[in-house]
Amino acid sequence: MSRNAIVAGLTVFVIVALFPFWFNIGRTNAAPEAELSAKAKAAKKCVLDKYDMRANHMSLLDEWRDTVVRDSKRVYKSANGKTFGMSLSTGEDSCMGCHVDKEKFCDKCHNYASVNPYCWECHTDPKEVANE
Amino acid sequence: MNNKRENFLNKSSRRGFLKVAGISAVAIGAAPAIKAVSIASGGGEAALPVKTAKTEALTAKRWGMVIDTNKITEEVVESVVAACRNSHNIPDFGIQPDEEKYPNTRPAKKMQEIKWIWEEHYHNAFPEMEDEFLADKFKSLPFLVTCNHCKNAPCVQACPTKATFKREDGIVIMDFHRCIGCRFCMAACPYGSRSFNFRDARPFIEKINPEFPVRSKGVVEKCNLCAERLERGLQPACVEASEGAIVVGDLEDPESEVRAILKENYAIRRKQELGTEPSVYYIM
Ligand code: SF4
Ligand code: SF4
Repeated sequence: MSRNAIVAGLTVFVIVALFPFWFNIGRTNAAPEAELSAKAKAAKKCVLDKYDMRANHMSLLDEWRDTVVRDSKRVYKSANGKTFGMSLSTGEDSCMGCHVDKEKFCDKCHNYASVNPYCWECHTDPKEVANE
Repeated sequence: MNNKRENFLNKSSRRGFLKVAGISAVAIGAAPAIKAVSIASGGGEAALPVKTAKTEALTAKRWGMVIDTNKITEEVVESVVAACRNSHNIPDFGIQPDEEKYPNTRPAKKMQEIKWIWEEHYHNAFPEMEDEFLADKFKSLPFLVTCNHCKNAPCVQACPTKATFKREDGIVIMDFHRCIGCRFCMAACPYGSRSFNFRDARPFIEKINPEFPVRSKGVVEKCNLCAERLERGLQPACVEASEGAIVVGDLEDPESEVRAILKENYAIRRKQELGTEPSVYYIM
């Protein structure tokens, strides 16, 4: 009697615990590809190379903001020889100066990875400014 | 016999193993040092990134400001305040937010304001110098007040997160990223130079300037002496709009324009008795 109850309970538990797995069987949830703007494509080289950028852009931005605010240095000559303004959103040589489409570039992956960076509470999206 | 040999082999292999292990441990430990030496001697792979200030940047040992009160009129005040507002995305809670873009925005309270540079009466700007027989001209004159970038800034001492700090060139500036909104700095500043963002400012900014970020709810803000413009070799926005009434320059350089003006004129500072050593001078 109690054996049956235990087995039933266990079965229910296993089914519930594995819910995320069986629920997603047969579905595809391909990772989105960030879309490069024409300008970014034409520029060819970013601050770091693609994979490094993908993995480490947040640390780079963190380092940049300290350098700009604390050391008043705003120019970044990258190891690949290109020069950038150390800014997320201000100026043609900033991140958003090249990656003009926040939705297709930043948000795509951030939404997929369910991260919600608060950069945008202060930093402006080029589109938002253009719509003014 | 056989047994002995096996024992011997075992022993020797163990010894061998320990030897190899010991040498590799030393090698692994030394690797960073070797690498560092090879980089230092020019053997490193890629060039390292270089961070610099812009070549055109305006610099000073200690930035200061001189305001000529004789040249300040209502029009000058208006254009100075507007220039600062526009270049730093300072909200104006007097405007009606765009219904389409910001639907259901709570109307602003009357008392709310964010100030970087603003107009003040003499008796508020210089309360300790009020006098029964004050010259008439001061009773009506508009005074422009802002952060004094105090040499001995109490706001810097009060800030628990070092979000407010003093740069080497004397500018007292904020790292908005670090501000936790505790408002200790506001309590510490004897000049009311700081404002707190009680709400999202975006609906109340008429036209967002992409050259400067806006601020998020919950941070304090104040004048930054246009550090971002000085970097680009430009004069502060207020100086440009002031028709010569405001001059900034190096207080520690005897040859600078501000020093020349101070040598020629009688100038006072706000609440000097507090010992904060303001860097903003008023020519009377
Ligand atoms: S005026 Fe106020 S905010 Fe500015 S440096 Fe002095 S104490 Fe700090
Ligand atoms: S409100 Fe921000 S800037 Fe002011 S003391 Fe607190 S953390 Fe520092």
